[in-house]
Amino acid sequence: MSKRGRRVGMAIAAAAILGTFAYLVYGGIGENLVYFLTPEELMARGDRAYDVPVRLGGQVVPGSVVWNAQAVDLRFAITDGAKTVPVHSSGAPPQMFRDGIGVVVEGRYHRAGVFESTSVMVKHSNEYRAPKHGEKPAEMYRSLTTGSEE
Amino acid sequence: MTRILGASAVLVAFGVAIAGMVMAIVGTRLRRADIVRGAYTAAYVNFGLLALASLAMVWALVTHDFSVSYVAQVGSRSTPLFYTIISLWGALEGSILFWGLVLAGFTAVAVWRGTRGTHGAAHADIERLMPYATAILLGIGAFFYLLLVMPANPFRAVFPVPADGPGPNPLLQNHILMGIHPPLLYLGYVGMSVPFAFAMGALLAGVKGGAWIQLTRRWTTAAWMFLTAAIIAGMWWSYEVLGWGGYWAWDPVENASFLPWLTATAFLHSAMVEERRGMLRVWNLSLITATFALTILGTFLTRSGILSSVHAFAEGDIGYWFLGFIAIVLIFSLSLVAGRSDQLRTEGRLDAVASRETAFLFNNLLFSVFTFTVLLGTLFPLVAEAVRGVKVSVGEPFFNSMTLPLCMALLFLMGVGPALPWRVAPRDIVRRELAVPAVLAVLVALAVGLLVGGGVYAIVTFAFGTFALAVNLRQFSTGARARMRAHGEAPPVALARLIGGNRRRYGGYLAHIGAIMVAVAVGASSAYKSETEATLRKGETMSLRGHTIRLDELWGRQEPQRFVLGADVTVLRDGKPAGRMDPRLNFYQTSEQPITTPAVRSRASGDLYLNLMAVERDGSTATIRMIVEPLVPWIWAGGLIIVLGALITVTPSRQRARRSLPVAAPVRPPLVPGAAPARPLVIADPDTRGAAP
Repeated sequence: MSKRGRRVGMAIAAAAILGTFAYLVYGGIGENLVYFLTPEELMARGDRAYDVPVRLGGQVVPGSVVWNAQAVDLRFAITDGAKTVPVHSSGAPPQMFRDGIGVVVEGRYHRAGVFESTSVMVKHSNEYRAPKHGEKPAEMYRSLTTGSEE
Repeated sequence: MTRILGASAVLVAFGVAIAGMVMAIVGTRLRRADIVRGAYTAAYVNFGLLALASLAMVWALVTHDFSVSYVAQVGSRSTPLFYTIISLWGALEGSILFWGLVLAGFTAVAVWRGTRGTHGAAHADIERLMPYATAILLGIGAFFYLLLVMPANPFRAVFPVPADGPGPNPLLQNHILMGIHPPLLYLGYVGMSVPFAFAMGALLAGVKGGAWIQLTRRWTTAAWMFLTAAIIAGMWWSYEVLGWGGYWAWDPVENASFLPWLTATAFLHSAMVEERRGMLRVWNLSLITATFALTILGTFLTRSGILSSVHAFAEGDIGYWFLGFIAIVLIFSLSLVAGRSDQLRTEGRLDAVASRETAFLFNNLLFSVFTFTVLLGTLFPLVAEAVRGVKVSVGEPFFNSMTLPLCMALLFLMGVGPALPWRVAPRDIVRRELAVPAVLAVLVALAVGLLVGGGVYAIVTFAFGTFALAVNLRQFSTGARARMRAHGEAPPVALARLIGGNRRRYGGYLAHIGAIMVAVAVGASSAYKSETEATLRKGETMSLRGHTIRLDELWGRQEPQRFVLGADVTVLRDGKPAGRMDPRLNFYQTSEQPITTPAVRSRASGDLYLNLMAVERDGSTATIRMIVEPLVPWIWAGGLIIVLGALITVTPSRQRARRSLPVAAPVRPPLVPGAAPARPLVIADPDTRGAAP
């Protein structure tokens, strides 16, 4: 092969790799976008709401939490005030999970009308907030406290 | 008082930086060495001023001086001393101050090294480019000092003075690695300013030839070493604190640290092509510029809070400042490269497809694509929100599926590259060098495929890893054996002298070996990770992949700054106790969500990782996630080896000193600091000396 031929060959190889990759990247991003939605926005998507990765933010509907510790099975509903979405998760709820708390659940909404969640995160703010009476961990776990009492 | 001292030091530093810039440029234009020396003095003075300001801040933090705005923001009387001191870099303003300190330090060292001693053949070139490089470094410094004076002033007055503060972000005061990871990251990030300044300085001064690239490459290697250590330490922190049993999530902030690493790694390889063959000049300048711009972009992404991220800790309105600065950097460097294209003409050309040069070209192609992919995935949410008004994030599967093939190709290339000679690789040499590694790779692939399984990627990772490891180890063994034959040296002596005689080359191979370890360990820990979760009563057990644990006790303890909830767990082997673990949950006042402290039991074969998920309020049960992850400790070990390789590469060669002082000599004169001959800053092409015959 001549020098020129080699250079052209290398350039073609490089272009082919780059082209393939650009195509893959373009398709890959579209498939893997995770949408941040509220229950109302999720419902407004109609048919496009199903089976796409979503991070759904809202509040835990009081009284909706059903937690089966032995089966590690968690069901609850989250709401943004306008719409309510039932959520199912096969993981333990986070420590501070409770009625009315703000959560973000990641997963997909299935056609059965249940949001299958792969992770449940308690939405936390970094703003300082004095704990209310009875919310201090040392009070909540009094029976376990062995060290210095308050 | 402390407040005024700190604030004035920063303000004066800004003035001194501007004055130093002007002196450097005016002095060199007028050929007045006395004025240029004034600029060098400005660099030293700035380091003193920033050290003073940082000490003032540490003093304010330690003495709980809540009249200083930054202390009121991150300080707390209940925080332990160590975490109080390291909260210097825990939030926006302090981290910019720390950045300024590190930059002033690098500037002073760069000026000191560039203006002292003789640099051999490159002396005249370096003397010409130093004023410009100094001006650029002071200019970058001026930008950060301006941030400290205006939008990110940590020394604002607070009135009325609060009695106590909230303390640092809980995530930042839960692990000792927070004292290590951020400073390393800053050393790596800020260190990239120096090669950028040298590259641009060389262009401005009209320096031709390769002197600057050797200088630049050494500084890049040093910064790259810190950045690598920082990334590995960050992965470790994530693994030890976040409790999900992983170490990398393609989080925007992780990507921000990874992007300049990718371009800097590409540069470290392509710079060799320029040194050897005079090729790729414009490309190398672009990589240096991209690396520097990406460090600023990374800071912008982290500090502006524009992307939601688990650790976008410090947020502020200074995003526009950074965007403006990136624009200035890009316009400045692109116009400079375009305007000096005559200086950048390529000398050499590619002789053969099978050659070291080609391997480096493919290396650069892969790293460029890698950078582009990660950059696109990181910035896409910004674009989508701006253009389509939707809030999205790019999921992990995108990054994994796109970068895995690239990692495989790079792993393969790490094996091929070192085996190929420069210019033209004759077929018999290629065959001789690669035959044994290739056979080993096939054997390992068969063994893994038949005995373990785990999918194509896992098998390919092991096969390519074996191949690359064998090729790189072979470089050491053939070189050392040649020395043993030629000089009759004992194996360890031969190996040490081989490495010492060509630090750059063998340091590079050592870094490869570390990178291969990291790649294989990451591949194995992802492919063979298994996890389970169970709610246990005291005395109950759970098992996973041959590991069994028993929950013994649950306890709570009030500490000054937090409440700790822990589980005592016994690891059982054949029903008998074999060890204890205690995963914990830490409740900080300022966080709704507790911060986890997972328990990790490390063995060479892998980790047993326990995370306490939740505890029943009456203390009757605890939910524990149990994860078995093979080979994870090898990631940290591999990282250490990469850093060691880079350290060997940047350490000045003692070749000349050793010729007169054989290592085997019975009495070695003590090394007196300062008595050593001035070390050459620029090393002559090392591949030609000390290499294996």
